[in-house]
Amino acid sequence: MSTSRRKFLQWMVAAGAGSTVVKSASAHEHFKGYPDSYGVLHDTTLCIGCRSCEKACNEVNDLPAPDKPFDDTSVLETKRRTDAKSYTVVNKYDVGEYAKGPVFRKFQCNHCLEPACASACFVGAFTKTPEGAVSYDASVCVGCRYCIIACPFDVPTYEYDEALTPRVMKCTLCEPRLKEGKLPGCVEACPMEALTFGKREDLITIARERIRKYPNRYIDHIYGEHEMGGTSWMYITGAPFEKLDMRTDLGVTPAPELTSGALSLVPMVIGVWPVLLGGLYVISKRKERMAHDEKTSAVKEAIDQTQADADAKLKAAMEKARKEKETAVEKAVTKALADAEKERGKEDK
Amino acid sequence: MTTENTTAPVAIKRPLLTPFNVIAGIIILIGLPLTYLRFTGGLGAVSNLDNNNPWGFWIGFDLLTGVALAAGGYVTAAAVELFGKKEYHSAVRPAILTGFLGYSLVVFALLYDVGRPWRLPYPFFVSQGVTSIMFEVGACVALYLTVLFLEFSPAALEWLGAKKLRRVVVRLTIGLTILGVVLSTLHQSSLGAMYLIAPSKLHPLWYSPYLPIFFFVSSIAAGLSMVIFEGSLSYRNFSDIMDEDHRKNRNRVVLGFGKAASLVLAGYFAIKVFGVALGNHWHLLSTPYGLWFLVEMIGFILLPCFAYAIGVRDRNVKLIRWTALWTVLGIVLNRLNITLFTFNWQLPADQRYSPHWMEIGISVFVVTIGVVVFKFIVTHMPIFYEHPDYKEAH
Amino acid sequence: MTESIHTLQEFMLQTKGIIYILAIGYLIGFTCFWKFLHRRGNKEDVPAE
Ligand code: SF4
Ligand code: SF4
Ligand code: SF4
Repeated sequence: MSTSRRKFLQWMVAAGAGSTVVKSASAHEHFKGYPDSYGVLHDTTLCIGCRSCEKACNEVNDLPAPDKPFDDTSVLETKRRTDAKSYTVVNKYDVGEYAKGPVFRKFQCNHCLEPACASACFVGAFTKTPEGAVSYDASVCVGCRYCIIACPFDVPTYEYDEALTPRVMKCTLCEPRLKEGKLPGCVEACPMEALTFGKREDLITIARERIRKYPNRYIDHIYGEHEMGGTSWMYITGAPFEKLDMRTDLGVTPAPELTSGALSLVPMVIGVWPVLLGGLYVISKRKERMAHDEKTSAVKEAIDQTQADADAKLKAAMEKARKEKETAVEKAVTKALADAEKERGKEDK
Repeated sequence: MTTENTTAPVAIKRPLLTPFNVIAGIIILIGLPLTYLRFTGGLGAVSNLDNNNPWGFWIGFDLLTGVALAAGGYVTAAAVELFGKKEYHSAVRPAILTGFLGYSLVVFALLYDVGRPWRLPYPFFVSQGVTSIMFEVGACVALYLTVLFLEFSPAALEWLGAKKLRRVVVRLTIGLTILGVVLSTLHQSSLGAMYLIAPSKLHPLWYSPYLPIFFFVSSIAAGLSMVIFEGSLSYRNFSDIMDEDHRKNRNRVVLGFGKAASLVLAGYFAIKVFGVALGNHWHLLSTPYGLWFLVEMIGFILLPCFAYAIGVRDRNVKLIRWTALWTVLGIVLNRLNITLFTFNWQLPADQRYSPHWMEIGISVFVVTIGVVVFKFIVTHMPIFYEHPDYKEAH
Repeated sequence: MTESIHTLQEFMLQTKGIIYILAIGYLIGFTCFWKFLHRRGNKEDVPAE
């Protein structure tokens, strides 16, 4: 928790000052993962399906006892997957012409270099450690199970029967044991050395060497060298990987890249939408106002027009009245004058 | 008119023992023990979720479908407040209300789905997983719920008679609407983007780098159709409390939104075709999944698109209403296709998921609660009519 | 037709080409649809109840 707070402060400072507090890297860099991190190489051509690894894993992780004991190999007849009580399972495959007998493959978290689970978790419960393990922190997990959706290898499992404190369950690469300087439980227990623990780079060299030395024994491909951007747990086999239920259509794109495009659209929407929508608002407002203005001015004009008409009429009427009056007065005056004249004439006579 | 408004909500006493109330009561009574079972026995006790299928009906229906169908709020608010379509004003409040209730129900349903619901604030306050699309969805939904609450609050404040506070909130309308559209764009699209991380599990005809855009565009069609659909449902049940403006503009809303939905569906269909082209998945169309894809594309996108167009042209309100329901079903189908029907398509049939009846039971329970609350609010607050004291304010 | 593609360039050549053609088709189709949608039917205006 404190790390997250520290990180958050770091981001705040970086966002504010653009300073050098943030670790530097550019987006175009080809990230190669932590140097000298550890991993395991599983050579299925050496695996005999004894389930010793399953037993050891169960013990070192204090997992509940299985329904059938670990030395009962009848369980191999059905295909199993990991579940909340087992971090690893061994399955048996019939591969036809590629091997004389059945082939066994151990299955657990592959500890991806760029884990899909970590990319997907919205509380960052998963961390790819410099040592190689992808570790899970149950103390922040909300239980949304998006990590399980995201994992391309169908690894993480969930405690569906736990009412209040369900956890995501998966192989830890025996991180606690590694810290004590011990080997992972399963690796230590394997009687056939089908599992090799070591630095990832060294494991790739070893695998290449085996494939080169025994070209008839192996398919020329190290599963996990590039799958989904590479994994810390890798496999070499004598049969095509599909025959061992391993997906070969996953591609080499690291999981975080799948969502990075969508995530980088977020700031663009935040940046552009208000401008666009605000603009539309202004335009619609303006239109509204213009329509309004037009209406009012039309009304005003109409009123003015009537007013003017009325004025003109009035004026004309008044003019007429005035004229009439004038004429009347004039007439009266002339008449009066004429009368006066007459009177005078009368008097003069 | 004014007298009709003031008396409407008070005068109409609805009887208590209606069929609706009885059925709602029964569903809620069934929901309570299921809730108890969920929180005492864990997810396994009430669901068919398992390690291969960690997400089921709750995420597919309650979350993805629920959010899409609650899109009416932002679509209507944007049309009226931002694009100046004032003639649809009467549709805003009901749409905002259903949006607000819809989102509340989504969050409520999530409490059942996530393992430790009391930790839902963790992504924001304890440990920020910012690389996750779900972080963005969570942040946007939380913020948008707040925005919807504020957008809705004038109705509640009018009911409570808090004039001053109401005036403050109303002044924020434009800002809230823009923020609402931004947040909706983000989380509607991001619900699709959540599946970008799983190209190996989702069928290639449904998986596309365009998923976020598909989700956003289809949410607009869903929102428009839901407004039409809910409008006709509400009219049937609450016409007695609707005011003149509401009744008069009802068909105008139907025609306008129908036309918009028709155009959106046309665009949606086209970009889905572009999606197939982008992935070069043409050859998959002749597989069984491909036929199913065509059913969705033609039967639930293209045909509704034309039905809307014909309805708008012929002024056939009835046809538009039915098409709205049709479109809504199409969106439901699309979301369920992505979450349930084509997810994990490569697994053998016996490892695939089908919902437990209790999962569906809890979803029905959640929806019922929503309907009951909706009913309470529209019969008490000024949703379908304008409060007489605030008439001039619009 | 069933020849497989070996380079990204070739893949993009094909998919982007198809998309340009579809896009033109869409623009034409959309215009027709727009016309169809806006051509008045025989009935006028918003029907009353
Ligand atoms: S295999 Fe799955 S669980 Fe393991 S690190 Fe990779 S993505 Fe995570
Ligand atoms: S279930 Fe837990 S660990 Fe997995 S993504 Fe959700 S919060 Fe993270
Ligand atoms: S590394 Fe440890 S946890 Fe993982 S499978 Fe081996 S024993 Fe189990």
